[in-house]
Amino acid sequence: MSGPSTYQPQSPFMKWLEQRLPIAGLVHSSFIAYPTPRNLNYWWTFGAILSMMLAVQIVTGIVLAMHYTPHVDLAFDSVERLVRDVNYGWLLRNMHAAGASMFFVAVYIHMLRGLYYGSYKAPREVLWILGVIIYLLMMATGFMGYVLPWGQMSFWGATVITNLFSAIPFVGDSIVTLLWGGYSVGNPTLNRFFSLHYLLPFVIAGVVVLHVWALHVTGQNNPAGVEPKTEKDTVPFTPYATLKDAFGMSCFLVFFCWFIFYMPNYLGDADNYIPANPGVTPPHIVPEWYYLPFYAILRSIPNKLMGVVAMFGAIIVLLFLPWLDSAKVRSLRYRPLAKRFFWGFVATCLMLGWLGAKPAEGMYTILGRIFTFFYFAYFLIVLPLLSRVEKTLPLPNSIAEDVLNKGKVVGTTAASLFAAVLAGTMLFGGVQSAKASEGGESPPSLSWSFAGPFGTYDRAQLQRGFKIYKEVCSACHSLKLLQYRNLAEPGGPSFTLDQAKAIAAEASIKDGPNDAGEMFERPGRLADTFHSPFPNEQAARAANGGAVPPDMSLLAKARSYPRGFPQFIFDFFTQFQEQGPNYIDALLQGYQDTPPEGFSLPDGSYYNKWFPGHSIKMPPPISDGQVTYDDGSPQTLPQYAKDVTAFLMWAAEPHLEARKRLGLQVMIFLIILSGLLYFTKRKVWSNVH
Amino acid sequence: MKGLWIVTTETSAEPTRRDFLYIATGAVAAVGAAAAVWPFIAQMNPDASTIAAGAPIEVDLTPIAEGQDIKVFWRGKPIYIMNRTKKQVEEARSVALSALPDPQTDQERTKEGHEQWLVVIGICTHLGCIPIAHEGSYDGFFCPCHGSQYDSSGRIRQGPAPLNLPVPPYQFVSDSKIQIG
Ligand code: FES
Repeated sequence: MSGPSTYQPQSPFMKWLEQRLPIAGLVHSSFIAYPTPRNLNYWWTFGAILSMMLAVQIVTGIVLAMHYTPHVDLAFDSVERLVRDVNYGWLLRNMHAAGASMFFVAVYIHMLRGLYYGSYKAPREVLWILGVIIYLLMMATGFMGYVLPWGQMSFWGATVITNLFSAIPFVGDSIVTLLWGGYSVGNPTLNRFFSLHYLLPFVIAGVVVLHVWALHVTGQNNPAGVEPKTEKDTVPFTPYATLKDAFGMSCFLVFFCWFIFYMPNYLGDADNYIPANPGVTPPHIVPEWYYLPFYAILRSIPNKLMGVVAMFGAIIVLLFLPWLDSAKVRSLRYRPLAKRFFWGFVATCLMLGWLGAKPAEGMYTILGRIFTFFYFAYFLIVLPLLSRVEKTLPLPNSIAEDVLNKGKVVGTTAASLFAAVLAGTMLFGGVQSAKASEGGESPPSLSWSFAGPFGTYDRAQLQRGFKIYKEVCSACHSLKLLQYRNLAEPGGPSFTLDQAKAIAAEASIKDGPNDAGEMFERPGRLADTFHSPFPNEQAARAANGGAVPPDMSLLAKARSYPRGFPQFIFDFFTQFQEQGPNYIDALLQGYQDTPPEGFSLPDGSYYNKWFPGHSIKMPPPISDGQVTYDDGSPQTLPQYAKDVTAFLMWAAEPHLEARKRLGLQVMIFLIILSGLLYFTKRKVWSNVH
Repeated sequence: MKGLWIVTTETSAEPTRRDFLYIATGAVAAVGAAAAVWPFIAQMNPDASTIAAGAPIEVDLTPIAEGQDIKVFWRGKPIYIMNRTKKQVEEARSVALSALPDPQTDQERTKEGHEQWLVVIGICTHLGCIPIAHEGSYDGFFCPCHGSQYDSSGRIRQGPAPLNLPVPPYQFVSDSKIQIG
């Protein structure tokens, strides 16, 4: 893509092809001979990492679409069937869900790199603008993808975000109706979001081609910000940049896999394991972490229209960056003052992210306004002003000269890497700490056999837990996503197939119609689910004082509580994910006969220390000695609570053991690969330095 | 893919430590790429619930009078259960094996003591259409798609289909009930 190709085809076939379709020449000039500045640091590998993530998202997404059903009644279950029943479905789903977050991690680093080294300046304005367009498309794609599983956060996220458009004067409401295809978010909305979520990644891929094209016309910027002048300033793309990128990608994959295999729910919201319910809004609507800074800007403006304008303005302003910052010197390395403001801007974004996850009240609103001002001030006041008044440091004469000052560069790279890691973890914690602001005590952390990187289920415990479910819970609660066959599948309670068949046969399943057109009851089979004891939701509600006993299939993943700062950072490293089990265990033991002084308990409710709001319709379900254990385990409430909770954790994630086992193998492999790539890269680069 | 260029840049004829490093890196990367492809292929196979739903089914034979047949579905496939007349059984048993494109005796295709019952998967072995029962010149099945004719034992007699209609796994649970699968 950069001038006539120097490619010389060797074989007669390639010569023949080259005269008709010079594709080999194109690849050669773009990805092999293409000169790259020799002083690029590892921040420049994020371009390759982003290409990789786009490919991962497209490939896994196409596969998920093979198993997904875009219908309001079926979407949620189809995702769960994918995770539970499709071969490696859990892996593909985790890859796609965590992959979205990784994509944004990489894009934010990529953008900040561009900002720091002035990569948006002439002649790279169009390159930068194309990048901003890609970022906007990514936001739209990510949002629509989050709607597809049709959980509570999906539904309410869709409602809130589409309602942004209602702020447009005069035509706002009509536009929102148009987006929905109805009078509320519903089946037409889900269908079109699915269609567009499938389409947009290919649009992104198209703009990426333009982005790379523009890059290859102007050439890459570099940490010194001076253009390459002689041959000595550059190295051929292959093998030098290719290997460096490969090493960067491999390291990034280690980070990515940490989420896929060990923390799949760390970045998600527990509420999204509850099927969408248009009648109940979750107490905290929080967007995905990557939208949080903009969400904070939206909320800090006390006017609906202006809030929406400010939010979109925060992204649109990026398009004008090449003209807002008119300084001739590109790299902030030689702009000491601008460099300080840059880090101030990074801090501003992080603060906004943190505030976006906080409730919009009191101190947070005030802080939100202050940092919104800082955000816009950076682009509209600081950069234009600095570019006129700042005294810059002397630039190196050439890239080759810059390479000689390498020692200094390593220092700053390490420092900024550290800052970025810290910043990243802080941002990830935003969502978590948001919920921490609800205050109050957290349930005690118990030790679970399935916790940590090597965790496995305790078979005997699962069998005891199942006994409790069968004798106690199943009187009111279903396990719709579980089939009797699961009881005998590997990684579970290890019942034999015959035991599972016998358990199934005890149940009576409504089937039909038969030849005479009548419904009939038959004994359960392995492929039947643990259905609800009530014929329909209304009956369940009527029999339980107005509250429907929730289906328990996903309970252990659908319940959570805040961990707070800085605990959530440690959680990332210790792989703590057991909020759900801790909560369920505590709830079962949290009943108090007499509510505390001053608490007025509604009729037909019970006081529970851990239930949100403390007033629960479920009577204390189990007490000491109620279920007989055959294996001599203590027949006490704490033991019962722990056993049934472990069983519910398995019910929520039957492939947990497979996930952790494969995770270990993949991690070991990736670390070996990264090591090899590092040494290969060093060998190859040794003749450059 | 990352490994491809590596070997060619080496000029020395002797294998060196550098060669070894390059080849090892390329090989490990290739193994990783190949392993990563597997889940994407494996996910196309039937999932666990589809397999579980393919469990055996029981069929009551009492409503099927002599000379009649029913069609039931097992694993998404149509299964013909035919209560054959004396004449049909006779025809099926009297034909010489040498006259058959896919030689098989009627005894092999039915259960002893239940000779009148023919249970076959009703999918034409040519290209998968469903043959029509009690049609064609052999008192058996006729496939309308490309004209294959099966006899009263479901064996191919004429037309482009290469094989007999397959017999699914089944057994008699009682005289009037079979279990398919
Ligand atoms: S499919 Fe039956 S004859 Fe071709």
